[in-house]
Amino acid sequence: MSKFKKKGSGELPKISTASLPDIVFMLLFFFMVATVLRDNTLMIQNTLPAADQIQKLDKKDRVMYIYAGKPSSRYMDKYGTQARIQLNDKFASVSEVGAFVLAERASKRQELQNVLTTALKVDGETNMGLISDIKQELRKVNALKINYTTRVGEYTQNID
Amino acid sequence: MGRRSAPEVNAGSMADIAFLLLIFFLVTTTIETDSGINRKLPPMEEIIDPPIIKERNIFTVVVNKNNQILVEEKLMNIQELRSEAVAFLDNGGGLAEEACDYCQGSRDRSSSDNPDKAIISLKNDRETDYKVYISVQNELVAAYNQLRNREFLRLYPSENMDYVQADKKYTDPRTDKKVKEKLKEKLSVIKLMYPMKLSEAEPNKTS
Repeated sequence: MSKFKKKGSGELPKISTASLPDIVFMLLFFFMVATVLRDNTLMIQNTLPAADQIQKLDKKDRVMYIYAGKPSSRYMDKYGTQARIQLNDKFASVSEVGAFVLAERASKRQELQNVLTTALKVDGETNMGLISDIKQELRKVNALKINYTTRVGEYTQNID
Repeated sequence: MGRRSAPEVNAGSMADIAFLLLIFFLVTTTIETDSGINRKLPPMEEIIDPPIIKERNIFTVVVNKNNQILVEEKLMNIQELRSEAVAFLDNGGGLAEEACDYCQGSRDRSSSDNPDKAIISLKNDRETDYKVYISVQNELVAAYNQLRNREFLRLYPSENMDYVQADKKYTDPRTDKKVKEKLKEKLSVIKLMYPMKLSEAEPNKTS
């Protein structure tokens, strides 16, 4: 009888949490590898138009981004409601686009300098005039490959 | 005298530290890749003497400042644009050496001679909305893709995919090199059959 007597009270044994750090580290490494840090803080409204005949923009190291759109509500009283260009973290005028492209190009590795693509992330409500001006500037500095970055979706979403 | 063993470091807070880092990376992660319509701008050099292009080989699309679409000077809904562009590109109205043997269009003499000659000219106003412009671009690219898909399926039924899928596979970095070589050949054949000749005029100032 006493052979099968339980020791102490019937409490559950404590689950060891020693492997918890391992599990968390595993997740951590996964996200560290998969992460692309967002490098620009947007100061403009940026609702991209939808399109479905699109190609993927792989290889982030060969892409430079030009943003355009109306300043977001935080900046509206300072910069007005006219659509503006944003390069890196600040507003810029059309004439600065060329210099920006040249600077970006110079910062890339030599073998990539000729295969760079300029991604235009432009708000759907922007007038084409601004985009044409950007395109003219890009032509001047011979940055001819462009990509109109869009959302994935039917074009009918663009037309109300 | 007797060597003291080092006291064990408490690893209990390790999980907390790891969680903190994990949450940071979770928040900053953007996994999705961008996608969009690729275009190539014309170089800046002035063309000294522009080639003469017959009126029937040009398909003019104008988007005015009220976001209305004018195709060949007629007002048109964007829903019709794709089929209209396909009809124009696939017309194949040329005779003799300009004939197009794979075209399935109506062979109208007053429309394009063959897909190689056919040019779509897109013109927009400075006040056109970007989203309308993108929609038009999208539809015109769709017209080309539709024709290219058709020919790809006809010429290479063994591939079991259409042009767009083949192109996607070709640009995918994970695709095998040998497969890429083969695809490239086929893709360029189709591209030659329906070359994308989309010319953009510089927008006019609003008067």
